[in-house]
Amino acid sequence: MDIKYFLSEAWIARSALFEGMLSTLEISLIAILVGSLLGVFVGLLLTYGNIYLRFLIRIYTDFLRGTPVFVLILACFYILSIIGIQLNAFQAGVFALTLFCSSHVGEIFRGALLAIPVGQTEASKSIGLTFRQTFFSVLLPQALRQILPTWVNTATEIVKASTLLSIIGVAELLLSAQQIISRNFLSLEFYFFVGFLYFLINYSIEKLGRYFERKVAIPS
Amino acid sequence: MNIGQNMSSPLLKIENLHKSFGALEVLRGVDLTVSKGEVVSLIGSSGSGKTTSLRCVNLLEDYDDGVVAIDGEQIGYQTGNGNRIRRSEKEIAAQRSMTGMVFQQFNLFPHISALDNVTLGLIKVKKLGKVEATAVAERWLERVGLIDHRNHFPSQMSGGQQQRVAIARAIAMSPKLMLFDEVTSALDPELVSEVLNVIQDLATEGMTMLLVTHEMQFAHEVSNKVVFMHEGKIVEEGPPKIIFKNPETRRLAEFLKRSKF
Amino acid sequence: MNYNFNFDAVWRNFDLLMSGLGLGLALALVSIAIGCVLGLLVAFGMISKNRFLRVISGIYISWIRNTPILVLILFVYFALPQTGFMLGKIESFIFTLSIYSGAYLAEVFRSGLVSLSPGIRESGLAIGLTEFKIKRYLIIPIMFRNVLPSLSNNFISLFKDTSLAAAIAVPELTFYARKINVETFRVIETWLVASAIYIVACYAIAALLRSFERKLAIPGRGHK
Repeated sequence: MDIKYFLSEAWIARSALFEGMLSTLEISLIAILVGSLLGVFVGLLLTYGNIYLRFLIRIYTDFLRGTPVFVLILACFYILSIIGIQLNAFQAGVFALTLFCSSHVGEIFRGALLAIPVGQTEASKSIGLTFRQTFFSVLLPQALRQILPTWVNTATEIVKASTLLSIIGVAELLLSAQQIISRNFLSLEFYFFVGFLYFLINYSIEKLGRYFERKVAIPS
Repeated sequence: MNIGQNMSSPLLKIENLHKSFGALEVLRGVDLTVSKGEVVSLIGSSGSGKTTSLRCVNLLEDYDDGVVAIDGEQIGYQTGNGNRIRRSEKEIAAQRSMTGMVFQQFNLFPHISALDNVTLGLIKVKKLGKVEATAVAERWLERVGLIDHRNHFPSQMSGGQQQRVAIARAIAMSPKLMLFDEVTSALDPELVSEVLNVIQDLATEGMTMLLVTHEMQFAHEVSNKVVFMHEGKIVEEGPPKIIFKNPETRRLAEFLKRSKF
Repeated sequence: MNYNFNFDAVWRNFDLLMSGLGLGLALALVSIAIGCVLGLLVAFGMISKNRFLRVISGIYISWIRNTPILVLILFVYFALPQTGFMLGKIESFIFTLSIYSGAYLAEVFRSGLVSLSPGIRESGLAIGLTEFKIKRYLIIPIMFRNVLPSLSNNFISLFKDTSLAAAIAVPELTFYARKINVETFRVIETWLVASAIYIVACYAIAALLRSFERKLAIPGRGHK
């Protein structure tokens, strides 16, 4: 394994790698942000919705969680264009990852809401807060602190799942690396390098998460 | 609607209160009045319905039949033409600010400071400005002896301190009636008296109070009237001297014996 | 939207899908079994007094858990052969999934071990058992029962990861679904059925593992 050769090849390919990295980050960011927002909504409906709503949402989450991400991505990729929604591979992939994220976040948000002692709602009621006020001032702050570690975990799962978009032809980091490898056959070096880049991204997300955990932690 | 209060009509009037949890009838026709400035203690064994009655007053529990009214205004429902309609959530929330409740498990909001716990209701419900709310809150925290802890979080305080903040939180809302649900039962014994002292002070200043308690000695000292409940009904009621020293009913006598009073 | 649903194409190829499912389950079973052994060793490594073992175990877990599984699969199948380490498709996938499982299961076992009361080991020592026997007859059985729910979640997750074998053309369920999709253009039907098969399989596995949990449960413990 020639380090010098690898480094020179990496340098030559730096813009492709950089573009790929940006694409990966873009995919992940959109999926995580939109998916989490959707997930909070899903969690709310699962906790406070009436029985019919809860049933429908349950089907939604069970469907998304019982299906492998890969199948979800392929399904969105092939199906959406058939039913008239013209999405390119990037958009279809991000769509699939967003749905995937929403089901996970919905589940953990619901868990967090259920974990809040009922006494909190009772105390809020007893001082005359409406449900809306109770939710935003009392329940949400506690639930968000509770789900932070798990949510960070979900975020790293999305970043890892973004690699699957390479299979439907989206030019994110992994596909970019594969295209480079097809030119110079340095598969060992570049797969390892790209693996390392993903490791860096996820490690940074974890570190960021722990920083925020400490920042919003309740003093004790 | 407000019928208007004259000096002799009670602040809290409970008439023929009925409540069932599924097949289990927990309240079987409870009649109770609390006049302005009166301190009433509810005693009885577990399952007697005393806590459920208390929680019907601020509609933390819905009741199936009967009337609960504060200053003539029926809580939670409106009766018209013999039919009972539940009020809107907004109306109920507004009604709840007529009462203040202190819980056995304190139920302080853990993510905000003691001061913020007290100002939350003042700002969101009473619509006070931050400065005014803080002033009111600090006055009450001072009254319960915790002004130095105002920026502490619940997890940084002892049980007795948390419960005193909970009292401040409830009473800062200027309720007409304070409800206490076994507020010392979850406290370590040495922390009980600091809370009871605060309640005693409030009573002396004329706060109308309804307490559910196991602290017989305290009930004897602070109450104007003691009400003994058993299996969903009021069995005996009267001034503490009579209730505790000369119980009329056998049930009450047995209960007092078992409570070692 | 003009789409005529026609499930015939899918039913005709149902046997292919089922064989794919079978292969997927087999891949999962073998990989998870190896992963359990690996995970257990690494978990003990994480709590070992030996600093080197702790560091190595930590690096392994951290590295694998933060790397996308697809990158690992491609690395093992396409890149490793350059060093002479060549494996067939299926062996390569099992190798990758085993190492992948090991990292995740190690974390489950580690937290299970750490939450055990030290009294178990001490009473074992007191009756004269060796460290190894204590691990074999006391620590591992008790810890295993404690972590069963968490283990089940991981097993199901790893089963779903077998879908990635399709990326290196291993003939499991997703591979066949894609093949049928491309050949018959019955897009919605194919993916609906494939998805349904995975969902049902996951439910079945979950139910099986739950009955295991109940069978192995320590009487009197846990929620009623």
